[in-house]
Parts: sequence; C-alpha cells; structure tokens
Amino acid sequence: MSALKGLLQKEVFHILRDRRTLIVLIALPVVQVVLFGFAIRTDIDGVRLAVVDSAPDYATMALRDRFASAGVFRTVSVVTRTADLDPLFQNGQAQQAIVFKPSFAADLARGEPAQILIVTDATEPNTGSLLQAYAQAVIDGYQRELSASAASSAVRASRMVIAPDVRVRFNPTRASSNLFVPGLMAFVLTIVSSMMTAISITREKETGTMEAMLVSPLRPLEIIVGKVAPYLVIGFVSAIAIIVEARLVFRVPLRGSLLLLLFEAALFILVSLSLGILVSARTSSQRLAMMAALLGTMLPNVLLSGFIFPVESMPWLLRILSNIVPGRWFVAIARGIMLKGVGLAYVWRETLILAVMAGVLLAASVHSFKERLE
Amino acid sequence: MRRILFLAQAEVLHIVRDRILVAQILVVPIVQLLILSNAATFQIRNTSIHIVDLDRTSTSRGLASHLAASGHFQIVGTAPSLDAANEGLLAGTVTMVVVIPHDFEASLVRTGVAPVELSVNGEKGSAAGIVQAYASRVLVDYAAELTSRLRPNVIAAKAGMPIPLRGVPRIDVRVRGRYNPTLNYRHYMVPGILVALVTMIGTLLSAQNIAREKELGTLEQLNVTPIRRGEFIAAKLLPFWVLGLLELSLGLIVGKLVFDIPMVGSVLLLYGAAALYLAVALGIGLWISTLVETQQQAMFVTFFIVIIYLLMSGLFTPIDSMAPWVQAISQINPVRHFVTISRAILMKGAGPAAIVEPLSILAISAAVILTLAVRQYRKRVA
Repeated sequence: MSALKGLLQKEVFHILRDRRTLIVLIALPVVQVVLFGFAIRTDIDGVRLAVVDSAPDYATMALRDRFASAGVFRTVSVVTRTADLDPLFQNGQAQQAIVFKPSFAADLARGEPAQILIVTDATEPNTGSLLQAYAQAVIDGYQRELSASAASSAVRASRMVIAPDVRVRFNPTRASSNLFVPGLMAFVLTIVSSMMTAISITREKETGTMEAMLVSPLRPLEIIVGKVAPYLVIGFVSAIAIIVEARLVFRVPLRGSLLLLLFEAALFILVSLSLGILVSARTSSQRLAMMAALLGTMLPNVLLSGFIFPVESMPWLLRILSNIVPGRWFVAIARGIMLKGVGLAYVWRETLILAVMAGVLLAASVHSFKERLE
Repeated sequence: MRRILFLAQAEVLHIVRDRILVAQILVVPIVQLLILSNAATFQIRNTSIHIVDLDRTSTSRGLASHLAASGHFQIVGTAPSLDAANEGLLAGTVTMVVVIPHDFEASLVRTGVAPVELSVNGEKGSAAGIVQAYASRVLVDYAAELTSRLRPNVIAAKAGMPIPLRGVPRIDVRVRGRYNPTLNYRHYMVPGILVALVTMIGTLLSAQNIAREKELGTLEQLNVTPIRRGEFIAAKLLPFWVLGLLELSLGLIVGKLVFDIPMVGSVLLLYGAAALYLAVALGIGLWISTLVETQQQAMFVTFFIVIIYLLMSGLFTPIDSMAPWVQAISQINPVRHFVTISRAILMKGAGPAAIVEPLSILAISAAVILTLAVRQYRKRVA
C-alpha cells in the first residue's frame, strides 16, 4: 500500500512539475466554456440587409420601415440597381436583399400583384432558410395590415389561417450554451482522461522508467491505479468547474439531481480512462499515443456525440457508428438531467450502456497491460 | 540560398522517411474530408415528429398528411394522447409534437382561424428553430390550399356570387437563395474543411519540427553552422509550405470528385490566398516550437490553439451569430479570413476586389508572425 502511495506521489509531482501542460489542463475547461458560450452560437441577429429600390414611393418606404423596426434586420445599403448587389454579397457586406419592382405602390393601389424579390445569401443553408422565413413574416405582416384597412370584412374573412402556437420545451430561449455545456463536459473529460493517461503511460515507456516500475514490488493493477488516480481527480474537478462556471456565467439550469450527474460523470471518466490505458498499451511513442487518442477518442466524442451536430441528420453508417461512442450516451444523459430534470427512470438505458462499456474496457485494459508485462 | 536548399532537402528526407508521417499526410485529410463533411452538418433531416390529432376530421388528417409529405419529417407517433407525446419528448425520441385541437376544423370553417400547437424539443438546439420554420411553412401552404378549396364555395354560397379579388392589395413575394440553390450543406462545409485540413497539417507538423530537433539535440549542431536565422526559418518553412499546397490540391480533387463542390471563382486565386495563408499557419507552428521544450508540449499547445482558432473561425457556426466582442477578437484569427476567402471564391465566385480586406489582414499577419518566429529563435540561440 505504501508503494502505491509512493507512486501516486510521484505522479502528482510529474503533473505539477510540467507547468505548461498543467496550465493547458486548467485553462482548457475555463476557456472552452467561455468560447462555446459566446462564440458557438447559431442565434440570428442583426441581419445585414440591402434594399434595391429604384423608384422609392410611400409603400416601399413603409415596408423598409417595417424591416428596420422588426429588430432582426439592419439596413446596410440602399441601391437602385440589382447589379449593385453582387459585390455586396461577395464580400459579405449584405446577407439578404429585398428588391422592389419599380411601380410598387401603384401596383398595390390598383390591386395588381406588387412584386418583391427576396434574395438571400444561402451559402449556409440553415441561416438562408431562416432569413427567408423572417423576411416573409415581415412582408406578411405588412400585407395583413393593408388588407385590413382596404378590404371589406367579407373579403378579409375569406383568408384562412392556421395559427401555430409554438412552444420550445426544455430550453425556451434556445440558448446555445444550455446545449453545449453537457457536450463540453464530455469533451474536456476525454482530453483529461484518455489523452493525458495515454501520454503519461507511454512517456514512462519512452524514457525507460516503465522497466524500473515493472521490477518494483508494485502489482500491475497498482501501477494502473497509481497512474490513473490523479487524472481521475483532475477530471472530476474539471467537470465540477464546468458545471459551476456554466451556472455562474451562462445561467445554465441544473434541473435534475447533481448527485446523479456526478455519478454519471464518474462512469464516463472510467470509460475514458480505460480507453486511454488501452491506447497506451498498444502504442510505443508519445506522438503515436497522442495521435491515436486524438483520432480514436477525441474526434468521435466531438463529432458523433450529438454535441454540436445532430446525429439523426447523419448518413446511416455514421449513425450506427455513433452507438459505440461513449460521448453520445453521456451527452444524452447530461442533457436529460440538466435541461429536462429527468431521473434515472429516463436515462437507465444510457447509464446501463455506459456501465457495460466501462466494465468491458476496464477488463480489457487491465488484461492488455498484464499481457504486455509478461 | 544554397544553404536554405540543403536544409530544406534534409527536411524533405525526414518527412519521406517517416512512414507514419506520410500516412498521416495522405490518409488523414481524405478521411477527415469524408467524415467531417458527413458528420459536421446542421442539415435537418429525418426529424421525428409525433402528431396528436384530437380533431380526427378530414381537415386535420389533411394537415397530418401534408406534414408527412413535406419530406422534412418522419412521423414516429400518432397516438392521440398528450401523455404519450410528452414521454417521447422526455425520452428524446421525438423532436416535435404537433397538437391539433379537437375543434380544429370547426373553428377553421367558422372563424377562419384555427390554432395548432407545436412543441419543439429545445434540446435539439439550432434544429429546433429550423424545424419550427419548416412546420410553419407547411401550415401556411396548407391554409392557402384550404382557402382556395373551401372558402370560395362558402362565401359564394353566402353572398351568391364569386368574391372580387381585384381591389385587394396583394404582394407577390418571390424568394431566391443565392450561391447554394440546392441548400446542400456539404457545398458549404467542404470549402471550410479544406481550410481546416491545411491548418492542421501545417501548424501541427511545423510545431513539432523544431521541438523534435531540440529533443534530439540536433538543433545544437545547426546552431554552430554558419546558417542565419532567417535562412533557418525559411528552410524549415519551405517543405511544409509545399506540403500544405499539395494537401489543398488533394482536398480540392476529393471535394470535386466525391462531393461535386462548386468552383465558381478562380482556383488560381484560391492557391494564391492559400500560399499567403500557409505562411501564417506555418509561422504560428514554428513560433510555438521555438517556445516549447518537448514534442509533447508542442503538440498540446498547438492543438489547444488550433481548436480555438477553428471554433472561432466561422467554419462550424456563423461569425454573425457570435457575441460582438468575440467577433472583434476573431479579426486577428487567420483561419477566419481564409475560411471567408475560400467560401467567397469557391461558392460566390469572388474576384480579387471582393477579398481585398481578408487578404491584406493575412499579409500583415504573415509579416508579424514570421518576424516573431525569427526573433524568438535568436533568443534561444543567444
């Protein structure tokens, strides 16, 4: 037991001594939460609008006012020719343009269809669709107002409307930070647990100190425990730091049980640590271990976990592949607990999968470590 | 000049000799392109919806079939029970619940207005907004169809004559999405991923480079040779610079053949911008490698910086959505400018005039970072 204590002490010294890595380890969660909260957003605001109005009249002015007061749009440029739009779109000065046909007000007054063209920069398809919907809503509002004042009640009633009453459950403001925090925990825990463990064990191999440990009276299991325990602590501290920071800075809710969340985090850390040990058992150099940990654990946990990108939109092959990514299950659990406030009754399936993964991987990693010893 | 070539030759030999490195350079980008462009998508497909039809009339069934036929939704539940739908939301198997109230048809015919409740699972993030927009569009279309099918008869029957449509102000709205008419997410992502490829390879490899020479002790040997600092940095840069451009070509070929990405603008201009950008990316890598002691530190620091750069570049989420102070900071992010340039050239067909601003920022960054790298290297020698 005292041998294990000695090993633990040595590991702690190693970690504390390498200042640069330590700073990255500490700064990473803090910076990532701020970044994701403020930078990784998909909310749309301040749309840069260009107006093509070759013959301004009262109607086009009224509609332009409506766009200006809608809150979402910011008119950046008013031009008279459609050809002037190209450079505006190409250098990104404008995201959307409304083009009025010359005799707009006259057509309206005569009851002829008054033409408007909405041109949207759809390079990013989702933003494009949303912008189109926003602009159409503004024009619809104007048209309703016109009809109300101009037409008789019989004509007004002739238009049928299905009024959607939209509720966004679990995240009413659709704040992106609420969604990213659970995924962020998975991301940081993977870095700390898988990558650092893998590197730390392969470093012992590279520098030859592993041999020294092997001839010591330490048993293989003790070596593993001694190597991973400090990282388990760091991982746990990072997880708590993220939860606290998310609450303080972004007011991300924690509707469910904190205890359950921490238990699930511990389970996930166990899975990640086992993966780290497995990687280190199969690789011989730090560089290789780093690459393997990066490609084998980090990337899948970021890309295929539903953390940023919805899994259900992916091709079937990737959807199937995502089932063996531990992060996917952890993200689902953490979102359930934090945003929906559900208990074990709703996440038992995901928890069971994580537990099975932890069991299998842990057994495999201890086994592969032993095998290498002989 | 000859000294630069000799050292560059040594670098090339090092790269070619290292099998893992060569595999990394050739295979990783292709895999990255194939996986990233498929996984990194906010495209909304297969959205699972649950329809709670409490009305059970032909009108409400019509609405359900319109939602199904729109192609955006997959109906996973039709049980007329709010509890069942709620369970689906909680379990995460349902993205949106559509509740059609029991007097839907009646109030539509009587008052012309009928409510429909859409409960979107906010857990799905940006998808929630899009899903809502899609659903609203279906509702509007269906209402218009109902108007033309049901109403004229009703009104005509009441008034005994067809309604005069003239005299009612009508706005005819046409919508056009430019640069990506098919709304293909890959056409948007691939030009951005190309930038990520070039950045990863360029920065990571060059950062490792000097750190490795330090670890092996060969840097000392170089220091006692008559080579000058500028020559040293130039020789270190050159092979990776060529490599980066090769990488870009590889990415462009795969992008064209597999994803048929648009190439509206001049590819030559893209290469020019890439050459400038690579100087910045490599400069950052070299600068890091003069700062650190070991390869592990080099990789770790680089990785950390590259992740931040990529996330703040507008590659994954639009710059316009970021908080204002983040947008201001991202001005010094070279990745952001090259992503902008790449998309502007490939998708929008931008010429040199349209990308003058990001290009000049890149040029300034290159000058600054290379000066820094050279100066930093001198400090180490002294």
